[in-house]
Parts: sequence; C-alpha cells; structure tokens
Amino acid sequence: MAFHRVALGEGADIKGFRRAVRGLAAAGAAPEEVLWTAGDAPSLFGGSTLPDGDTAPPLSLPRAVGELVEAVVCHREPERYALLHRLIWRVLHGERELLSHHSDPLVHRLALLHKAVRRDLHKMHAFLRFRDVPDPDGGERFVAFFEPDHFIVEAAAPFFVERFQSMVWSILTPVGSLHWDRHALTVGPPAAMPEGLGDDAVLAGWRRYYESTFNPARVNPTAMRAEMPKKYWANMPETASIPRMIQEAPARVRAMIEREAAAPIRRSPDKAVAAMATSRPATLADLNALIRRSPPLVPGATQAVLGEGPEGAAIAFVGEQPGDQEDIQGRPFVGPAGQLLTRAMAEAGIDRDAAYMTNAVKHFKFTPQGKRRIHQSPTAGEVKHYRWWLMEELRFVRPRLVVALGATAALTLTGRSVSVLRERGPAGFGDWNGFVTVHPSYLLRLPDGDGARDAYDAFLADLRRVRDLAEGLT
Amino acid sequence: MDDALLDKLGILADAAKYDASCASSGAKGRKGGAAGLGSTTGAGICHAYTPDGRCVSLLKILLTNYCLFDCAYCINRRSSNVRRARFSVAEVVALTIGFYKRNCIEGLFLSSGIIRSPDHTMEQMMLVAKTLRQEHGFAGYIHLKTIPEASPWLIEQAGLWADRLSINLELPSDRSLEQLAPEKDGANIKAVMGQVNERITEAKEERRRFSPAGQSTQMIVGADAATDQSVLQTSSTLYGRYGLRRVYYSAFSPIPEASAVLPVKPPPLQRENRLYQADWLLRYYGFTVEEIAEGGEGGMLDLGIDPKLAWALKNRHRFPVDVNRADRELLLRVPGLGARAVDKILEARRHTRLRMEDLGRLSAGLKRARPFLITADHHPGGLTDRPDLRQRLVVPAQQLSLF
Repeated sequence: MAFHRVALGEGADIKGFRRAVRGLAAAGAAPEEVLWTAGDAPSLFGGSTLPDGDTAPPLSLPRAVGELVEAVVCHREPERYALLHRLIWRVLHGERELLSHHSDPLVHRLALLHKAVRRDLHKMHAFLRFRDVPDPDGGERFVAFFEPDHFIVEAAAPFFVERFQSMVWSILTPVGSLHWDRHALTVGPPAAMPEGLGDDAVLAGWRRYYESTFNPARVNPTAMRAEMPKKYWANMPETASIPRMIQEAPARVRAMIEREAAAPIRRSPDKAVAAMATSRPATLADLNALIRRSPPLVPGATQAVLGEGPEGAAIAFVGEQPGDQEDIQGRPFVGPAGQLLTRAMAEAGIDRDAAYMTNAVKHFKFTPQGKRRIHQSPTAGEVKHYRWWLMEELRFVRPRLVVALGATAALTLTGRSVSVLRERGPAGFGDWNGFVTVHPSYLLRLPDGDGARDAYDAFLADLRRVRDLAEGLT
Repeated sequence: MDDALLDKLGILADAAKYDASCASSGAKGRKGGAAGLGSTTGAGICHAYTPDGRCVSLLKILLTNYCLFDCAYCINRRSSNVRRARFSVAEVVALTIGFYKRNCIEGLFLSSGIIRSPDHTMEQMMLVAKTLRQEHGFAGYIHLKTIPEASPWLIEQAGLWADRLSINLELPSDRSLEQLAPEKDGANIKAVMGQVNERITEAKEERRRFSPAGQSTQMIVGADAATDQSVLQTSSTLYGRYGLRRVYYSAFSPIPEASAVLPVKPPPLQRENRLYQADWLLRYYGFTVEEIAEGGEGGMLDLGIDPKLAWALKNRHRFPVDVNRADRELLLRVPGLGARAVDKILEARRHTRLRMEDLGRLSAGLKRARPFLITADHHPGGLTDRPDLRQRLVVPAQQLSLF
C-alpha cells in the first residue's frame, strides 16, 4: 500500500488542502493511505510521489460539500483534514448524496465541527467591540481585540468589511489580524492584546445602557452564560458590570415588591388628552404644509404638487399624478394634458379658477431616459398611500361634485379598479357625489383623425354634464 | 458623553426595557457602502446578553417617557412618579451611530411616550429614522414602535424608513384594554395592523421597500385574567388575519411605582416560556389552539412540561410513531423532535433504516421522544401507556442559581 504524507500550513489552509486533495484524487490515494499534518512549514507532500495538485484536474463536488470544507478547515481539530478527505473520497466513490445521510457517523462528526465554526464566527461578529483610538491624521480610527476559538479571522472579514466599509479599523487576534483602510483589506500576523486599549466615552455610555436595559426581576445568569460564555467577557466593556448587577438584583426586586403601590399623582391633563383626538390638520393650509414636508414614496420628484383652487369650490377635478411640467412648476395641470383640460373646461363653460384641481398622487414618478423623464403610472399600492391626503383635502374643500379623471383617480375615489370607458358618467364616491371620465392625456395619445375628434367631443359632453350636475346639486 | 446625557440614557433605556422584542432579523440585505454605515443581513445578531438572559441586539430606548396616557401596567403612565427625561432627535441619532460604529448593536428600536399629540410624537420618531437613513446613510436595522393613535398617513411613511413596525396590542381582550388602558382602543389598534399589513403585502408584490421585516406586536401576560387559551387565540388571529411576523409575550413584571390597580408579585416567567413554546407549535408544527389547550386544564397550559409533551400525554392513542415510515406532520407531533430534527430524519431515512443510535445523532431530545417512537431496533411496548409516564419524563425543577 502506498503511503502519503501531506503537511499543510498553520491555521485554515484551504488552498493547500484543495491542492492536496486534487493531487491525491489523481493518484487514486485512499484516505487510509494518507497522513495529514498541519502547522509545519507549508512544504506540501514532503517527498511523496503525488502528482502536482496544481495541474491535476479539478474535482466535481456538490456545492454543499464545498461549503462544508471551507468552514471545517477553520476548526482547530487536528483530524479535520483527514475527516474531510474521507468525506470527499466517499462522495467521489458512489455516495454523492452522502451529506444528506445525517445519521452517518462521519457526516455527523463533520456537522458538529461545522456548527462549532459557525458559532465561533457568529460570536465574533456579535461580541467584538471596536475602540476609538487616536489617529495621527485626526480622523476616526478603530481597533478591536478578539480571541476566537478557531482559525476564523479571514472567514469573519467580509462581514466587517461590508458593515464598516466607511471606517478605518484593525482587528487583532492571536490567530491573525485584519486591517481595513476604507479601500483594501490587509491580512496580518497574529497579535497580542494592545497596551492601553481603554474604553472611550461612547463605550461608557454603552455600559450605562447595558445596565439600564437589564430587568432585575428576571435574573437568569445561566441563560446569559449559555449564550455569552465568560471567555468572551474580557474584551467586552459592559461585562464588568455583571457581578454587581446580579448581586444587587434581589434587593432591588424586594424593594419594588415591598414598596406600597404609589399613590397616583393627580395629574389630569384633560386639555392635552382632548387635543390628541383632534390631531388631524385643522386647515387646508396645515394639510398642505404636511404634504409638502413628506417625502415622495418613490424617490425622484422635485416637490409635492398640491391641490389648487378655492375652498368651497363647486367641482373638484382629480387627476392621476403630476407630470414633468407640473413637477418643475409645482402646480397641477399645467403640462400638455392640463392645457387640453383647461381648454375643454372653457369650452364647456367651467371656470377653472373657480374649480378645485388636484391629483390622486402628489409626486411625479418617472424613469429617466436620456435627458427626458418618462412618466410612470403609480401602482395600486402607491395610490393607497396617497389616498388619505386626498380624502382630507376633499373634507376641507367640500365640493358638490368630485370628477375622477381617468382610472387612477377612479381607483383612489372608489377603492376598486374601474373601467373608465365603460363606467363613465355619474358615480358615488363614498360621501361624495362623483363623476367618472377619461384623463385628458388619453385624448393626447389618440392618433389624429375622426376617432380623436369623437373622443374630444365625448369628453366635452362629459364636462357639460358635470357643469349641469354641479349646478343642480346643493 | 456628558453626565446629563448618560443620565437620560439610563432613564430612557430603563423605561423601554419592558418591551420584549429585540429582534433584528427578517430584513432584506442592505449595505451602507463606501459613504454610508452598516448592513442588515437578514439573520440578526445578539451583541450581548444581560444577566436576565435576554439578548441585546438593538439600542432599545424611548424618545421620551413623558406620556399623556394612563395605562395601569406601564411604568411611564402619566400618574406614575417615575423620573422623566426626553432625548432630542440629534441625541438619539448620535447614540445610535456611536454604538453602531463600536459594533455594540444591530440598530435602533425606538419607541416613545405620547407627548403633545400622537401625531407630533410619531413625527419626531420618524425624524430620527429619516435623519439616520438620509444624513448618515445608515443601513442598520430600524424598528419603530408605531403609535396607533397617530394619523394614517404618518403610519404610511413610517414603513419607508423602518425595517420593522410594531404596534403593541398590550392585552389580549378589548375589555381588559378598556379597564387598564383607558386611552387605547382595541379596534383602532387592529385597524392600523390591517393598514400596515396591506401596505407590506402590496409593497412586496410591487417590489418596493415598506417595513421589509414585517410587523410584530406584544401582549402582556399576567396583568389581567385572560387564560393562555384566549391569549393564543388572539395570537392565532393576529398571525392569520394581519400577517404578523411575531407576537411577543411579556410576563407582567413588577415595576417600581406600580399602580394600585395591579397586584405586585413576581412575574410568571414559566408561563411566558410555555406561551412561547405554544406559539411555536402554532406557527411551525401545525397545531391548533384547541389542541394546545387540550394539554392543559381550564384553558391554562401545564407549567411543568412543554406543551407538545402535554398534548402527547393526553393523546397517547396516536403513538408510538414509526420514524422510518411516518410522514412529516406526524413526526412533528413527537415530543422532543424539533422541526430541524424531523427534516434530517426524512433525509437520512432515504439512506438507511434508522436505529436508536442513528436518532441520537439527529436529535438532542431523545429522552422525551423514546416512549413515543418506533425505530428499527426499538419499540416502547407498554411504556407509551404507563400511567406514571409523566413523572418519568419530568425533569426535577432546578433551583435558580445565582453566582
């Protein structure tokens, strides 16, 4: 029987292991023919006759096996490489689904190692604390010292890089160090706990928070230590308070229970309590101020476009949402469709200045296309977001008739999707007398010709009915 | 950090600690990148544990503990003599960023007493979230406690900044709410939950971000006469109708400055624990509220054993179950077998006929499971039906150790 000795580097030598496994597979070496050692000088295959793993063909392994290998090589277990090699050997020799055989002793053993590494990584992400240290350049610089159980420093790095990309920091551990300068990660040698790494003022605040968020009536140190074993405490500033917190807890609880129920302070803020019930805006101007300072649901709009027209207007026209022009000018119905509507209103004998003009959605939504901003219809969800404001607006304006221009307005006012062409005409909008007609932009989209002229005439007819209806209603 | 700010932090963290939720999970991946700060990973991280065994994941504070409401169970009710304090928006933002940069927290859980008006309070809370997101590019987790009395459009906006919204139901029945929290209105709370649920669902369909980690709520247990069954019934409705991610149960805790309306006694921690186990059975194990209640007496859970074991002991005719043949639903009903162990059993038995030794590698709860299982080399025989089975399985209660 051939015999191979594979010496891998210190720590988690994933590259060395991969290369060795490829070489061993090419040589057809079975697990019992291989002796794995780690921590010697990383000269591979000390004198063995294995093919070079660099030129050996790559192995095709299930993805889950690859992930398991990457994690388990980080474990301190001296047998880890031999166990992994046995697993890979079996996967390549007829047991491709081996990892789902959870009760197999080898699979079980590796699963435990995997779990230990995952836990160690998780605890490093959780319990590591950065300290603010003086930076020669005057900026912020952070240093942390942590003692992981396993060789996980490099595996832990992506989390910290992603989370603290905009900071300058170093993480020092007895099994290696990481340095991040906002641009690149440097992996360095093991490091000892640096001298004089004290707690800054923010960490003093953190300690106060930790003490205050503890409930002495529920003291359960066993549960705490199960999740946060003592070995981690040395590098966590808040843990210095633990003995005192536990010691004082019983007395604090006794004091709470023994104290007579306190006589309530006769503080009766009736006025303030009554004021709460009427926190809705008191005027249309208040409402508009509120709309103006609210962010657009879909980012991009220049400003909120508010309704326009007198309170008490007989007719309120509700469109879809501001367009490009409206967004820039901050007024409703001033773009091409608005101009068409203004013209039609004049022809139908409706004074635009006497009507209330507004939109279902108060912000312009678009996709940029070169220099142009292409209008995008609001989604049903977005329409509902804005619905509250329209309803409040109408509450102040109190129109006799509300006209829904197009499907979006009709959806907002009825709460269901409406086929405008089929349902055009008078309608009920909850508390309001309503009327459904097309949006003027629909007319603009029709190709010139008889169809367009007929559509415009029908729109005019609608507006005349609106005028007559509004006059008839009181 | 000056002493005045430290003092405020102490008061406003103490005032917030009766809210059980501290989860930072469920958010979609988000990164602050080169200009911002932070990330959310979806899984959530506990950055510390306090000696009460609870996880510290978020900076959980109130914006202020001044409050116009007078809820009897709450330390911050207006008639309490507790010390009061109030943070500015900038102070909360600075604390969040400071702690986050030191890797102490996953983010912020902000709640508040009601000052001036519900709308004013809600706007201040949103201003904190908005400042963190817009001015600091903060990509960490933000949980906002929604004020159900605030105007609906403010709730519409809160979901734009927050990863999770929550609205506390506080008590399982409207009548208890009326008695103990006179300014709150159960119907209104549920209406807001409905509104939030609708927005979350729509946003998901339309691929927008609105409270991506969903909504949660909390009920206080032991402050009123509600049975466990009625508490669980309420939870089941909340999960089903309002799509809640989590219902938290908070054992009513003696508070300094307690109201005379409530008896002051140690919190029923074991009851809270059993409710969480039952909640789990509702969500992941296919149990109904009625089945869970069957395990106890008079609508209360058995405090001595976990609710699954309690149910199994009263339904012994359904056992033993053959691990090599039973389907998933049945295996999930076996005491001691968790959902993960069941899934491993289902995969492993494609490779081999499982023996007791194999099961030992798949589950840590085998002692409880033995009387209810058949394996290739084990049959419990008469054990399943022994009258003293409960005594054999109950672990003697351990004295709480203080060190």
